[in-house]
Amino acid sequence: MTHVKSLLSRQELIGLLVVAALIFVVMPLSMDIFRLNLFGKYLTYAFVAIGLVLCWGKGGILSLGQGVFFGLGGYCMAMYLKLEASTPEATAIQSTPGIPDFMDWNQITSLPWFWEPFNSLTFTLLAILVIPTLFAFVIGAAMFKRRVGGVYFAIITQAIAAILTILIIGQQGYTGGVNGITDLRTLKGWDIRTDEAKYVLYYVNGGLLIAVLLLSQFVLKSKLGRLLVAVRDKEDRVRFSGYDVSNIKIFVFCFAAVLSAIGGAMFTLQVGFMSPSFVGIVPSIEMVIFCAVGGRLSIFGAVYGTLLVNWAKTTFSEIFPELWLFGLGGLFIAVVLVFPNGLSGLYRSYLAPLVDRLISRGGSSYPPEPASPPPDLDGEANAKPAE
Amino acid sequence: MNTISNNTDFLLSIESLSVSFDGFKAVNDLNLYVDENEIHVIIGPNGAGKTTVLDLICGRTKATAGSIKFRKKELTQLREHEIVREGVGRKFQNPSIYEDLTVFENLELSFPRGRSVFGALTFKRDAEVTTRVREIAEMVFLDALLNMQAALLSHGQKQWLEIGMLLIQDPELLMLDEPVAGMSVSERKQTAKLLNEITKGRSVMVVEHDMKFVEDIAHRVTVLHQGKILSEGSMAKVQADPKVIDVYLGH
Ligand SMILES: Nc1ncnc2c1ncn2[C@@H]1O[C@H](COP(=O)(O)OP(=O)(O)OP(=O)(O)O)[C@@H](O)[C@H]1O
Ligand SMILES: [Mg+2]
Repeated sequence: MTHVKSLLSRQELIGLLVVAALIFVVMPLSMDIFRLNLFGKYLTYAFVAIGLVLCWGKGGILSLGQGVFFGLGGYCMAMYLKLEASTPEATAIQSTPGIPDFMDWNQITSLPWFWEPFNSLTFTLLAILVIPTLFAFVIGAAMFKRRVGGVYFAIITQAIAAILTILIIGQQGYTGGVNGITDLRTLKGWDIRTDEAKYVLYYVNGGLLIAVLLLSQFVLKSKLGRLLVAVRDKEDRVRFSGYDVSNIKIFVFCFAAVLSAIGGAMFTLQVGFMSPSFVGIVPSIEMVIFCAVGGRLSIFGAVYGTLLVNWAKTTFSEIFPELWLFGLGGLFIAVVLVFPNGLSGLYRSYLAPLVDRLISRGGSSYPPEPASPPPDLDGEANAKPAE
Repeated sequence: MNTISNNTDFLLSIESLSVSFDGFKAVNDLNLYVDENEIHVIIGPNGAGKTTVLDLICGRTKATAGSIKFRKKELTQLREHEIVREGVGRKFQNPSIYEDLTVFENLELSFPRGRSVFGALTFKRDAEVTTRVREIAEMVFLDALLNMQAALLSHGQKQWLEIGMLLIQDPELLMLDEPVAGMSVSERKQTAKLLNEITKGRSVMVVEHDMKFVEDIAHRVTVLHQGKILSEGSMAKVQADPKVIDVYLGH
């Protein structure tokens, strides 16, 4: 219990419980599997948005290329599933049976070397975590050690997203090109296309999201969380307090990358394909908007921001498909100009005081606790005399 | 004054130091020495290169030529955080604190432990930290405001907080750029007292325009003009120097 309390304030605990209840109870009870699967897809973007809260909201490092890491995670997963779907029997009509269909269409006659290890699920799961982290590390080290930051960093990440998209589309024989990697069927023989599998994957995804929220909360509650804010506020002061600022930035950029990759892998599993349209500039910017609408500083806000924008996207793009991008742009401008703290800001100013009052009236089992993070210093002083 | 020295006598020895920005020599062949336990004040007109000298020492600006030795260690080759870890602390001309964090958190982040990424993740706010933060907060007159957001402090309090953030690192050389700029008269007095207190066991370099304040604290004064030393010595000696009166004090 003391562990829980040092990790989550009462408000944050409520926030987490509400997200958990929404994912595990409310949505499954109120939606059919088609809608629930769609909701699960939205939730995979929330992984990216949570990463952006740490990287951009707290640390002030705006990445406009998170789609790259989402895509890397998603593609790793898709490569494994595609290989499993491409047994010699299933692909007997191809000129080279046993390789993915798009390779065969592109006159490739043997499996490329970098596809080989994706026959192993263990390797694939590791790759989902390690490859994006390494890639983020290389980008981060190259940029932050040279003190490239701010707008320049944002532009470079954007360029990387563009380059990777072009590469994927151009190397059709190795990547499936613009269609992506499609027609995924089974995971270790388990058919992921059935309703039952979709339920299971939905819950796995939800569980992972809660785990990621807790992990992010751990980082934010540690001294590193405060350092991120300090780097955003006064980078030089941090440096002249004896910290290697570039290492802090590299860490948080890698952290955000690995979260995005987990989201990408879960996307592939739930949606059944992966394509370059989730890697490039537009999806990367959309992910930043999810985070901004959520409020940029709140990991819970990021989840709601993602859900809200995606719900709006699905609803409006069914009715006015051409207008959606304008709507999204308008939303972004509105958030920046009118609600700079997004949903979590609205929550904090209007709902949080109410919730607080309700809890304290309800005679909760928690002793009252100051809302601000610094501990009750006086209590500490009374308890521990100076050495 | 004897300027040709063997480095070991001094805490800090700057020799033949130059830096030029696009051909403009902001610091020009400078020699400067700081003794142990000395309050050494640098004065001079605007643009004389005072801030630039501090920037060079702490690694913010890279020297074009010359050497800066701190306890026999060459600083010009080190990166900023390494220089800090050697024991050099720097206060900026404008108060440079973390406005979004509390006074306590500002001081805690400056506490010299857990400075790697992993160290920061596993850092524990233990009794040693809280005791030290309180101690320092009391020294810089902020002990009643530990839980206040730093943005809400007055200008003078922000200056003190930054001094506190340096003190908690316990540097051997403390460099302060205009520490009393924008302070009220009573705040200046308090700061002078504070400086006299914290200089025990360490050296302090101060850049300052306020002559009254300089008189109160300085053990030795260096007057800079156009990146060169115009005069050096005790406050009385410097004040009587006709060159100094001409370019600086006469105004
Ligand atoms: N990074 C830089 N690039 C170009 N010129 C610079 C740079 N830093 C300082 N200078 C120039 O070097 C000269 C010395 O500046 P410095 O800030 O050291 O003066 P100062 O003595 O601290 O003045 P003040 O009393 O106004 O603070 C100035 O002419 C300034 O314009
Ligand atoms: Mg200056």
